[in-house]
Amino acid sequence: MSYEILGMAVLWTFLFGYVMIASIDFGAGFFNAYSKLTGKEHILTKVIQRYLSPVWEITNVFLVFFFVGIVGFFPSTAYYYGSVLLVPVSIALILLAIRGSYYAFETYGPTGHNGYAFMYGVSGLLFPASLSVVFAISEGGFIEITDSGPILDYWSLFTSPLTWSIVVLAVVAVLYISAVFLTWYADKAGDTNATNLMRKYALIWAVPLIVTAGGIIYELRWHNPDHLELIIDLWWMFAISFIFFIGSVYFLIKKKNYGWSVTLLFGQFAFAFYAYGISKYPYLLYPHLTVNDGFTNDTMAISLITVFILGFVMLVPSLYLVFRLFLFDKRYIQGDK
Amino acid sequence: MLFDDPVFGSRMLTMLTLSFHIIFATIGVGVPLMIMIAQWIGIKRNDPHYLLMARRWAKGFVVTVAVGVVTGTAIGLQLSLLWPRFMELAGHVIALPLFMEVFAFFFEAIFLGIYLYTWDRFENPKKHLLLLVPVAIGAAMSAFFITTVNAFMNMPEGFEIVNGQLTSVNPLMAMFNLATWTKVTHVVATAFMTSAFILASIAAFHLLRGSKQTYHKKGLHLTMKVGLVFAIASALIGDFSGKYLAEHQPEKLAAAEWHFETETEAPLIYMGILDDDQNVRYALEIPYALSILAFNNPSAEVIGLNEFPEEEQPPLFIHYFFDIMITIGSLMIFLGLIYVIGTRYNWNWIRQKWFRFCILLGGPLSMIAIESGWWLAEFGRQPWILRGFMTVDQAATQSDHVGLMFVLFAILYLILGIGVVVVLTRMFKQNPVENDLASLQGGEGR
Repeated sequence: MSYEILGMAVLWTFLFGYVMIASIDFGAGFFNAYSKLTGKEHILTKVIQRYLSPVWEITNVFLVFFFVGIVGFFPSTAYYYGSVLLVPVSIALILLAIRGSYYAFETYGPTGHNGYAFMYGVSGLLFPASLSVVFAISEGGFIEITDSGPILDYWSLFTSPLTWSIVVLAVVAVLYISAVFLTWYADKAGDTNATNLMRKYALIWAVPLIVTAGGIIYELRWHNPDHLELIIDLWWMFAISFIFFIGSVYFLIKKKNYGWSVTLLFGQFAFAFYAYGISKYPYLLYPHLTVNDGFTNDTMAISLITVFILGFVMLVPSLYLVFRLFLFDKRYIQGDK
Repeated sequence: MLFDDPVFGSRMLTMLTLSFHIIFATIGVGVPLMIMIAQWIGIKRNDPHYLLMARRWAKGFVVTVAVGVVTGTAIGLQLSLLWPRFMELAGHVIALPLFMEVFAFFFEAIFLGIYLYTWDRFENPKKHLLLLVPVAIGAAMSAFFITTVNAFMNMPEGFEIVNGQLTSVNPLMAMFNLATWTKVTHVVATAFMTSAFILASIAAFHLLRGSKQTYHKKGLHLTMKVGLVFAIASALIGDFSGKYLAEHQPEKLAAAEWHFETETEAPLIYMGILDDDQNVRYALEIPYALSILAFNNPSAEVIGLNEFPEEEQPPLFIHYFFDIMITIGSLMIFLGLIYVIGTRYNWNWIRQKWFRFCILLGGPLSMIAIESGWWLAEFGRQPWILRGFMTVDQAATQSDHVGLMFVLFAILYLILGIGVVVVLTRMFKQNPVENDLASLQGGEGR
């Protein structure tokens, strides 16, 4: 395997990890705000305090890992994406700050404030929305290369149906992933009310999820037919993803084996996410930048990969410890500790 | 709109983010060590006061860490957003420590999360203390890795540019460049020093308010001693930094010292103002001191700023940043020494209000010294972003929206700053140490 592909695979894996665990985080915040507004308060607040607060900084590192890693492995991305993403990413940073400060100010601080909880919930949906725009940009057609550098055409970006399909998918995926996970977590905590509520949300968002995902493939037909062809070549990966989705929903409907629902959920998104990633190869930014053009020198690549392996060896046991203490410790989840 | 020039806008936005972030980064590097020391003493002497100290410091620390994480993420992304050309070039050579920094922080975040939520989950308190070791190491390593990147910007090594092509890249040489050692040790030592003095300020504040708790006296004593040790270390390392500059980055030292003509037996100029003809007025001039600072030799020759083309000279106002930094550093050593000696010989006046008021000022002053130090370091590198290879003009984004982003981030940092102060005050006001102590004496577990 060439260094380019190895580097990209590592980064894509971290991005996948971030998408999954951050979605749980974002969705929980939204459901929490929603239930506060509709008076079903405190069902989720406890879950957020006991599961999300200890790990949000860890979640955030996955994102940092991705963008530091991509500049390390593919320095040209800093030039292309850095020049055009100033506004969307700055907005994302401000939304991230709202979320980070919520954890600091509300859960460690003394009292809760409804307005803040509401902002926290909404920012959890706007944040993935603003970042998912990057995926639309990477499909090409929105960037013009001029003498003074790449320039983003905001008008065509925000009038493109493709952009909006991707944004909607990001938001719906957040709500769905989060609801499925929290159904399982609440069930483990023995909180029947919360379980039923989250199960209901999960089933509500299952259909829009599949509809928007299909919609994007349809949009690509007009926007980037080359990419669509590559996606069709990988039809079997998307098919497996869909089967996992059906299985996950089945267990939710049958109200049993929520653990399997979550496992299949991860499988579903893993297959779809990697299939999408593979289908984009070799482009980092269609059609201007490929993984081969943008790649760093071999010395740096080898050092980065070495550090990555060493770091990974240190991280896995530590992450395992976190999971054991906060996610799989029955007494902690149930609030006895 | 504010800042029509994207280069100037990028510089200002970077300065804004870094100046705000460095407050929390400094606390983030220094306070874990302080918590560790307090908890260790508590376990060793079986003194619940120190255990409580560790616990209360940790509680406040979390709030600052959250803001540090948010602003750290901001600066991490802003490097690419505001300086795309620089990151494209630097990515090839200095990406390694940036990458390692993420791992170090990852490690720190994981164990900090575990530490904070497991105060009462371990039977053996020593196990809980052990969790702090990776936190403190991770924090110090983060500082180390990220500072090597800054050192690299001052002293780019580990690559060659042949016919416009980047070759012979050596990431380790880039990381361990000539500027790395003095910079890294100075950053870490001053972070320990500043964190200790900030915690001393808090203890002094409570004693000034008339609290009779021995808890605060123990806290003051511990933090002042640790602060003094690292203040002395910072000064010694700072001296090495000066010698490094004299030899390898003479234009920065010359601008900081208003030293225009190359000469031997160079005097040190303290404060003062410059008139239009670059004449120094109202300054305190210490004979031979600059030669000693630069080369440990009163008759050594120190290169003057006039040796450098005008467009490569750093701005002259960095002189004040230098003076503020060393003044505060010296004052803090003095204050720490008096405190330690005074306690030893039981001088009464070190328990007087006015002296405690001086200690109260020490924490904020140390933070001002940190800010001055970084402004000196960054303005002193101008016009370069990568000394000798790329100027800030060449590196900055061409975006028209930098000014607007500056306004947005300024508002954000203002809100975050106020939020931190409000939350911390409320947190400790609603739960004063007297309550915790009372529950300790009541025998009702910790």
